[in-house]
Amino acid sequence: MDNSILLEVVTPERLLLSKPVQMVMAVGSDGAMGILPHHTHLLTGLKIDALRWLEGTVEKKAFISGGLMEVTPEKVSVLAESAELEEEINKERVLEARKRAEDRIAKAKTGAPDIDLLRAENALRRAISRLKILN
Amino acid sequence: MASLRDIKTKIKGVKKTRQITRAMNMVSAAKLRGVQARTLRFRPYAEKFAEVLARLAQGMRPDSHPLLYQAPQINTVAVLLFTSERGLCGAFNNNLILTALRFIREQEAAGKKVRIYAVGRKGYDYYANRRGQDFAGGITGDLGSMGFETVAAAADLVMRDFLSHDVQEAHMIYSNFRSMSTQAPTLEKILPITPPELASPGGAQVIDYIIEPSAEDLVGEILPRYLNVRVYQALLETATGEHAARMLAMDNATKNCSEIITNLTIMYNKARQAAITSELIDIVSGADAVSG
Repeated sequence: MDNSILLEVVTPERLLLSKPVQMVMAVGSDGAMGILPHHTHLLTGLKIDALRWLEGTVEKKAFISGGLMEVTPEKVSVLAESAELEEEINKERVLEARKRAEDRIAKAKTGAPDIDLLRAENALRRAISRLKILN
Repeated sequence: MASLRDIKTKIKGVKKTRQITRAMNMVSAAKLRGVQARTLRFRPYAEKFAEVLARLAQGMRPDSHPLLYQAPQINTVAVLLFTSERGLCGAFNNNLILTALRFIREQEAAGKKVRIYAVGRKGYDYYANRRGQDFAGGITGDLGSMGFETVAAAADLVMRDFLSHDVQEAHMIYSNFRSMSTQAPTLEKILPITPPELASPGGAQVIDYIIEPSAEDLVGEILPRYLNVRVYQALLETATGEHAARMLAMDNATKNCSEIITNLTIMYNKARQAAITSELIDIVSGADAVSG
């Protein structure tokens, strides 16, 4: 029995990844989960966080900015609005983005009207989980 | 008849214009390929998305989510109008704006108000400067370089007004890319959302999914994204159409330039010939006068 499952990560801009893996680990709306080959059918939302998977025994990571995951026994499809492989993340840019987001949140809390707190918080969350992947 | 030098200057000028139009044609061809590649890369996402939504939406009640809500009475209709950022693409933008005007007239005849949102400079400027039209702003910039997030922001404008019940229905007008020579302005309803149908209804496809957190919650999460997907698709179509239209317009312009150059060259040759003839007459009649 073939002990692998096809992992596909699609974003609007590109097909990020499509390869057989041994296990997928994701953070769904209801918490973290691990998916092995021959998993039952499952649909879930994904949080802004890392997606991890095993290629053989090597663990790889990618950043997912929220989205959906559809699991069938043969295939895991991840639909994300944006996603990056670990090696594509630029640390300096993430640090900048984190600073920008923090500034915006600080400003929004002092009552600047033109700043969307929710969006700033989401930006911060994205920056933090990108950093988490790098470290 | 114009002097020799005038004609020569004019030929030079037209030749330069032809160079520019030819270059623009080639630039558009390159950009067109870029957008087409993006369309291809987007397709798997869009298809998968529609499939998942269709699966979730099976057996859902239409009032279970605000974005599905069909208002009993419609007072204001939103229109999201796609145009290109730049001109010089033939009747491309005109056709889109005309479609919008026609739609507005129809809606107003039915006693509804229309609010316009624009993506792309041409439509934006047209409505920003038009008095008496409810214009809610929009986004400008080169369509080809707009990412998914920018488009999501445009969709967000419309969605917010829909959720606050300022508008009860939303449509979009974009250019449907049929072929290199045909781009059809297309009107499509985007809100309230009508979930897509499953490709093979009732077949062996029906599988029991575990759904987390719950079907309702998940639909709530993906419906707004589905709107983004639709709007992004419209954007890609419009961007493709823009470049195709510009290629055609520039190709025609290049041909016209060549034609003008041919005509001017004939004129130039005639003028030169006429000058030679009159010089000859001068010489001959001078010689005649001397030899008496």
